[in-house]
Formats: sequence, structure tokens, C-alpha cells
Amino acid sequence: MKVAISASGKTLDSEVNPRLGRCEYFIVYNMATGEQSVIENTGRFSQGSAGIATAKLLNDQQVDAVITGNVGPNAFSALAAAGIVMYTGATGKVSEMVEKFKLGQLTEAKFPNVGPHGR
Amino acid sequence: MIISVASGKGGTGKTLVATSLALSLAYEQKPVQLLDCDVEEPNAHIFFKAQPVSERTVSLPVPKVNYEKCQYCGKCAEVCQFNAIALMKRTLVIFPDVCHSCGGCWHLCPTGALEPAAREVGTVSVSQTADLRLVSGRLKLGTHISPPVVKAVRETAERDYITIIDGPPGSSCPVMAAVTDTDYCLLVTEPTPFGLNDLALAVDMLRVLKIPCGVVINRDMPGNQIIDRFCAENGINILLRIPFQTEIARAYAKGIPLVDSDKIWRDKFYNLYHQISGEVSQ
Repeated sequence: MKVAISASGKTLDSEVNPRLGRCEYFIVYNMATGEQSVIENTGRFSQGSAGIATAKLLNDQQVDAVITGNVGPNAFSALAAAGIVMYTGATGKVSEMVEKFKLGQLTEAKFPNVGPHGR
Repeated sequence: MIISVASGKGGTGKTLVATSLALSLAYEQKPVQLLDCDVEEPNAHIFFKAQPVSERTVSLPVPKVNYEKCQYCGKCAEVCQFNAIALMKRTLVIFPDVCHSCGGCWHLCPTGALEPAAREVGTVSVSQTADLRLVSGRLKLGTHISPPVVKAVRETAERDYITIIDGPPGSSCPVMAAVTDTDYCLLVTEPTPFGLNDLALAVDMLRVLKIPCGVVINRDMPGNQIIDRFCAENGINILLRIPFQTEIARAYAKGIPLVDSDKIWRDKFYNLYHQISGEVSQ
């Protein structure tokens, strides 16, 4: 299972970026193998609707779940359509979120947790 | 003759000027219509108390997918510059709120799976009082694409009338839609640094559009030269000054047009129209 965490830097030590569509990087952690990789979020360069562009990127990277701070309604619809599970309200370091995920301490988001934004 | 009223800054008195200018012409038996193009918050109708005689909806085409024909090639999502379509595994997700109705997706779809479907973005209503024809646009709640509604209001104008356009505030796309192809633009401002800043932006916009303009200073105070200096430096005429007076504000707040609350304004606004016609015909 591949989990992507929105981050401000490129390592597990980086801070979680609370923004999905405008975060700089995603740290992708493979729960089965422990492998990790970094993808740059090119979706953040969109003039508008960066959340949708970012959802496309995560879909193309065949991510199964995403951990971030806030997910707006458009990104939520797109990610849900791809069956990508969302965990919102993340803070602190990326490594802490990975640990919490492993321990099953994160709750799956069933709705967007912020309103429309980015226009 | 089409005269648009714009301001750069919101709350400066566009509607006060537009309604009074239109009424001053109506009282002189001129065929006049007022187009309320401030579609996010139209308020000119407050001053006329007339029931709409007709109303129509404004729609934009947005893509609709026929899943039986869709081959999930992703061309539509690729061409969309606004991310209004996302191909997520085997689902095409369409975001009508983000769509700019360019039509690229349905024209490029190789299997004809995408078709345009109407999305309502606003309404245009026409009302008629004894003196004046009023066309008002209203953007639908929850939508944000106002230029098509502004354009629809302008298309509802009668050709042979003198047309006064009450524009939206600011100097962005909806304002451009309201002032483009007008003969003259009246810029309403107030003598404050905020008024000056936004006036300068509006003047820049009108230079790009090549529309002649003049200034009306609202809430004018003796001794305050901030707008006068700017207009002198930029060769812009100040056509009218409306003083900062409690009586004017009080009547206006009750929904009484300036030309009705004090009759001396009828001549001043009628004269304003003549000054504009003079400048336009030169």
C-alpha cells in the first residue's frame, strides 16, 4: 500500500504541509516494503483548482491513500473517484504521521474538511 | 450613445450616479435605459420600484459525459487548462464550477462521449417604469463567472435608446465586460487614498480599452485636492462633484434617487450628459 503525505520538504523529517493542492512535495511511503520516495507536487503550479491537478498527480502515481491537513470539495470528489483514501488534520513531522498510520491511529475522512477555496 | 459608469473601488457611488444620470434624461423625455451590470449585487432596481416584465436565464455550456461511449483516453482532461476534468482510474470527474466553457473537451473527444449541457449561471430581468427601461442581471448564488451574465444584460439592451450602464466595482473581467464598446466611461471616485489608488487602476484599464473617460468625485470635501492633482497630471476632466452631505446620504439610504431628493441635481446631471456628448462627438 502506497501512502502519500503532503510535506514542505523531501525527507521523513520534514514538516507536514497542511495544504494538499499547494504543498511542495509528497513523501510516498510503501507500507509493505518500507520503501520511500519523493514526488514534487507539480499540481501546485496551477492557476486555479490546484487540488484537482494534485489529485490527478496522485492518481497517476498509483497512490492508495493520502495524509494531509485539509482537503477541499473538488479534490475530495476527484480522490474519492479514484478510490484514494484520505486522512485529514495531519500536523507535525511526516515520520510521526507514518507511525500513526501504522498504528491505525488515523481516521479516514468521509467529507471535505474545508470549503471551496483557491479562487 | 452608451455611457458606462465604473469606479475601481466599491462603495463610491456608481449606482447613485448611474440612476441619477438615467433619470435626468428620462425627465427630459429622452428615450433612456439603465443596464445594471453589477450582477453580483444588483441594486439599481431599489430606486425604481417596478415589477419585472420579463425574465430569462443565462446558461453556459459545460461538458457532460456519456459513459457508454467514453474510452478513458484522457484527451479531454489533458486539453483542459482549468482542471475542470479529471480522469481518475475509470471515472471521468467533471467540475462544472471550474469549467470556462471553452468547448475544447467535446470538440477533441475522439468517440463523441462528451456533449455540451446547459449550466445556469444567472438571470436577466427587464422592468419598465413610466420614465425608464431597466435591465438587471443577477449572478446565480454559488457561481462566480459573472462576465457572461454582464454580456447577457448588454445583449438585452434596445438599440435606439440612450444607454447608461451601472458597472461592477473593481477593474477586472466583469468590469471590462461592462465597459467594453461603450462610448464613454464615467469614473466615480472619492477623495481618499483608496479612491485614488483604484481610480488609477481603472484609468489604466480604460486606456488599454481606448475608452474616453471623465471623473465624478463623490463625497467631495473643500480643500481636499488628492483627486484633482491626479486628474490634472493625467489630463482627465472632472465633470461633477457631489459634496459630502448628510442630507444626500439620508435620502439615498431611503432609496430616493439624488435627482428626486433635490431638484437642483436634475440640471446638474442633464448638464453632465451634455458635457459627455460634447466630448464624444469631438
